[in-house]
Amino acid sequence: MANVTLRNVRKTYPGGFEAIKGVNVDVGDGQFCVLVGPSGCGKSTLLRMVAGLETVTGGEIDIGGRIVNQIEPADRDIAMVFQNYALYPHMSVFNNMAYGLRNRGMAEAEVKTRVEEAARVLELTPMLERKPRQLSGGQRQRVAMGRAIVRQPKVFLFDEPLSNLDAKLRIAMRVEIRRLQRRLNTTSIYVTHDQLEAMTLADILVVMNGGQVEQIGNPLAIYEKPATTFVASFIGAPPMNLMATRPEEIRSQLGGAGEAGILGIRPEDLVITDQTPDGGVALPLTVEAIERVGAETFVYGSREQEQQRVAATPGELPPGEIIVRIPGTEAPPIGAKIRVAALRNKLHLFSGDGRTRLEA
Amino acid sequence: MVEHRPWTNIIAYAILTFGVFIVAFPVYLALIASTHDAATVVGGNMPLTPGGHALDNYYRAIFVGGSRAIREPVGQMLLNSFISAIGIALGKIFISILSAYAVVYFRFPFRKTAFWIIFITLMLPVEVRIYPTYKVIADLKMLDTYAGLILPLIASATGTLLFRQFFMTIPEELLEASRIDGAGPFRFFWDTLLPLSVTTIAALFVIQFIYGWNQYLWPLLITTQDSMQTIVTGIKKMLYTTDELAEWQLAMATAILAMLPPVAVVVIMQRLFVRGLVETEK
Repeated sequence: MANVTLRNVRKTYPGGFEAIKGVNVDVGDGQFCVLVGPSGCGKSTLLRMVAGLETVTGGEIDIGGRIVNQIEPADRDIAMVFQNYALYPHMSVFNNMAYGLRNRGMAEAEVKTRVEEAARVLELTPMLERKPRQLSGGQRQRVAMGRAIVRQPKVFLFDEPLSNLDAKLRIAMRVEIRRLQRRLNTTSIYVTHDQLEAMTLADILVVMNGGQVEQIGNPLAIYEKPATTFVASFIGAPPMNLMATRPEEIRSQLGGAGEAGILGIRPEDLVITDQTPDGGVALPLTVEAIERVGAETFVYGSREQEQQRVAATPGELPPGEIIVRIPGTEAPPIGAKIRVAALRNKLHLFSGDGRTRLEA
Repeated sequence: MVEHRPWTNIIAYAILTFGVFIVAFPVYLALIASTHDAATVVGGNMPLTPGGHALDNYYRAIFVGGSRAIREPVGQMLLNSFISAIGIALGKIFISILSAYAVVYFRFPFRKTAFWIIFITLMLPVEVRIYPTYKVIADLKMLDTYAGLILPLIASATGTLLFRQFFMTIPEELLEASRIDGAGPFRFFWDTLLPLSVTTIAALFVIQFIYGWNQYLWPLLITTQDSMQTIVTGIKKMLYTTDELAEWQLAMATAILAMLPPVAVVVIMQRLFVRGLVETEK
């Protein structure tokens, strides 16, 4: 049981590339922290620094009240689950799980008890004598988890553990990981690029971009109040609609929203209607494409007058394109002119550079 | 390729059979010659069917030696060849797996330089550096010793390269998982790297055993006593006579005997050997 605290952690590679530019994160005892961000944002590097697999250029990493910057991975009391599982191919499932315990000089009877207990929890008991290559992807994943939990470490570290699984198994394993973590109540740090995994698993969500933390907090709080346009477009699928808006235009429509330069509206907050809600905004759209996925329909519409590009990164929409989420029973014809509107309290306002959220 | 044209099959098999015949016929001839007496072999009309002197010839070749031309029975030469081939194969595996481990997994100053120096030795086979090598071995008083037969042939880069290539295909995460599991450099090598390298080791063993077994020039240079010569040099000496007929039937028996150990090694290690060359099991 331990807190993990990162204080102004930095990583600069020998070539001068700054991968982590000063990160502060505080993960409480037993909490599940998810680091999420696009590839290359530094989230895996940060996790590997906590594990001790990468050196720390600056700042402090504190696990359970002990600064671990200079401590070997084996002595940090952590366990890690790798994306490709990294099981020892020549060892049986039992030996894979027992290896770390035996290296620590644990008595064979205790090793056996722990491995069998972990195997029971993970439903691996019938496979203990098999080699990793005789297992399915999901089973290998569970062995990797087993290798982590037999150690009873202070912290679990997960490096995109589900990305090699097919979609269905991924959902099942996601639920299993969460259940296991709750049961063992072990502090965990989990890296993923999948915002859905991030939302469902996290107690604390850390959204990263370009080696920096964009926002830290409860996943739903981040969803409801993204701090920057990057977070707004990264968290939530499909992404939030972002529109460049001239300040005077916003001022006239919304009344006194100060310096706002970018207006964001989530697809589900837009409704097809002829009315303009009080204080809200209305947009005329031409339907360009629709996607019917059963429970809901996504309408891709274009705004004619809007051609100015808004600076936002992943999942960004082409200029002037707006996504609207409507019930699955509806589907406006392509080419139709529609009018959509959003309530005043559903609008997100950002400064012109997208770095600051403005409260109206 | 899936084709069902009978003529192409027939032609293909004909060419294949012809190729096998070309390779196998001299071996067959040696085998036949080793079963006849001296008079039949040198008579000019050697039969293509086995004769009746097989036991006699092989007994003399292994235990007695030739009447005059061979001064040493083949048994001792076989033993010498075997010791030096095994020594070369094992010695090379030992130093090359360790040097590859160092070059791939450790970050030390001049790592790249070290690798390139090892690599350059590929361009310097024994034949090229034969004079300095001879001088060194002579100064170390290793002439007519097994060490002298073995050591200079161990020093080359092929094994290091083979292991390096193999180690580089092993995912980095395996090393990291080992580190987290509390395995130091030696444990990682012993518990993970070595078991994974078994097929590569087998492949290298086969190659190096045959390489060592077939050495001719080097053993010829550094052995002066007959009791230290290897079988490959021995065969040549059998045919080198000045005033009488060479005992071809004994030479052929010796050649057949010289062929057997490498064949046995290939047959026994074949499965591992092929897997080592083609498979990447991770």
